[in-house]
Amino acid sequence: MVVQSTAEAITYPAVGAELDIEGVSHAFDIDGATLPVLDNVNLAIAPGEFVALLGPSGCGKSTLLRLVAGLEKPRSGSLREDEVRISGPHPSRVVVFQDPTLFPWRSVWDNVALGLEAQGILKTQRHRVDAVIELVGLSSFRNAYPHQLSGGMAQRVALARALVNDPKILVLDEPLGKLDSLTRIAMQAELVALWQRKGFTTLLVTHDVEEALVLANRVIVLSDRPARIKADIAIARPYPRHRGDPYLADLRKQILGLLGLEATW
Amino acid sequence: MSTYSVSDTTAAAAPRAALTFSHLSGSYGVGLAASLAWLAFGLSCLYWPDLGDWSRTGSLGIGAIVIAAFILFGTLSVDYLGSAGQALRKRAPWLLAFGAFVTLWEVATAKFAWLPLPFFPPPQSILEVYTDDLPKLLDSVFASIKLQLGGYIIGATVGFVTGVSIGWSQKIGYWVHPVLRFIGPLPATAWLPIAFFTFPSSWSASTFLIALATGFPVTVLTWSGVASVSSAYYDVARTLGAKPSFLVLKVAIPAALPHVFVGLFMGLGSSFAVLVVAEMIGVKAGLGWYLQWAQGWAAYANMYAALIVMSLLCSGAITLLFRTRDRLLVWQKGVVKW
Ligand SMILES: Nc1ncnc2c1ncn2[C@@H]1O[C@H](COP(=O)(O)OP(=O)(O)O)[C@@H](O)[C@H]1O
Ligand SMILES: [Mg+2]
Repeated sequence: MVVQSTAEAITYPAVGAELDIEGVSHAFDIDGATLPVLDNVNLAIAPGEFVALLGPSGCGKSTLLRLVAGLEKPRSGSLREDEVRISGPHPSRVVVFQDPTLFPWRSVWDNVALGLEAQGILKTQRHRVDAVIELVGLSSFRNAYPHQLSGGMAQRVALARALVNDPKILVLDEPLGKLDSLTRIAMQAELVALWQRKGFTTLLVTHDVEEALVLANRVIVLSDRPARIKADIAIARPYPRHRGDPYLADLRKQILGLLGLEATW
Repeated sequence: MSTYSVSDTTAAAAPRAALTFSHLSGSYGVGLAASLAWLAFGLSCLYWPDLGDWSRTGSLGIGAIVIAAFILFGTLSVDYLGSAGQALRKRAPWLLAFGAFVTLWEVATAKFAWLPLPFFPPPQSILEVYTDDLPKLLDSVFASIKLQLGGYIIGATVGFVTGVSIGWSQKIGYWVHPVLRFIGPLPATAWLPIAFFTFPSSWSASTFLIALATGFPVTVLTWSGVASVSSAYYDVARTLGAKPSFLVLKVAIPAALPHVFVGLFMGLGSSFAVLVVAEMIGVKAGLGWYLQWAQGWAAYANMYAALIVMSLLCSGAITLLFRTRDRLLVWQKGVVKW
């Protein structure tokens, strides 16, 4: 495993995949009416990049992630992973949803093992499950059931369940949204460390501007529904980042303005 | 899971040697009273002469006194008996109530005939059935268990598979749905006359009916269980690389299992009813048939004896199902206790 120095966030290990979103539009039919949700979204993400998606609630962020995951097909446009068109779900693109959605009938270990079991490689790869549970610090809870976990622990299990597959693209849909602020800050740090260590491409949806600025090296601001890309902001700051960094504070003001929230600053 | 009551803690905290008044009225009192009740039962058997001709009165009386002695011994040495002592203490109120009840029953039937006699047989006549008519009763028990088990397993299996199929596949649902709707609510016993004609044997007909009575609730609840599984679970599994077979076997079925067990419980209840009716009408064996036969001879003691066995069997079956469920569904918080 390659441990990167903090300043080195611009060169990436070869684990991450490239993600191309090209002219993607999507809509839902509700009661006979068509609800446009994504409007010609174009986004090219380099291997190993950490991209944060910001946008008003209900604008279509989760929908975009579902398209990336291959859980749905876009009405028009195309998505490609390493130049290969995405036509369905694949364990190289794993999603961590806002709710941990652990399987309540499975213990922590069995939940984490889900992906390997589904792919039929669990028998020879059991050590990967142990290792990733260790990584998220839940070794003493490996036999616990989900209802015995706190919210933060459950979300860590969900993260471990994704990481055990060694994804090339990690898709995160407000994974820390429901956690208390202390747990959230701790998990943000863990996330950055993991990303730096593993080098996967990360696509993170968040409603927390500060979170985006602390974690990502690129922030995409989306418009109201139907979502269009309003701004694409590179954040060239080394990790670990500090919340009080005046550069980030400035960006935060700028982004809040893009989201129509200057008044709250 | 353990019951931990205030009286337990006080009894444990108090010095053992001193048999204080609070001991007598508290943890020991009920046990002693239960022992007395059983002693009273025994003495009531032995003291007054029987109004009828029953051969087991003496043994019953002695048996009751032995039970009384056991309760007394158990109560006094409860602290040294470990879990058995705890079990006895927990059940002492029931032992008391039951002892009082059989005493009253004994006196009201065999001794003073306050209740009309042939219809309300005394305890010794029921004991007589268990000792003197044992082979026939056992035959009936085995016949009932065999019939019930066969029908129930078939019905539960078919119902489960059908429920999963229609919960999963709309195409299968399209065909099975209307059939289920049309035939399902019909009480299985309504098929009795036809079934006994069309099936090669009354045994196969009854098996079919028991399976039918079991299958309907199992199908409906399995189906609704599978249909109500949150799509978020499927999304998670699919992004992790799950194939359709994995989605069915490892997502849909485990998620639906609590529903399936509700169906299994309902099916068990309704299949008992079918079993008894089928045995009374068509199958010349089993406890239902034994009841029918006893009624024909106005052998009321035999009917009560068979009823008691039947209720023990039914409650045993339910207990077994609850145990199975609690094992399979340990992950559920606060599952209902039986
Ligand atoms: N399966 C669906 N069917 C119909 N409408 C949907 C569906 N999923 C999302 N929508 C609608 O699409 C819009 C965008 O949803 P979503 O992508 O979840 O927004 P968010 O940016 O908050 O994640 C919302 O208005 C929502 O109502
Ligand atoms: Mg969302």
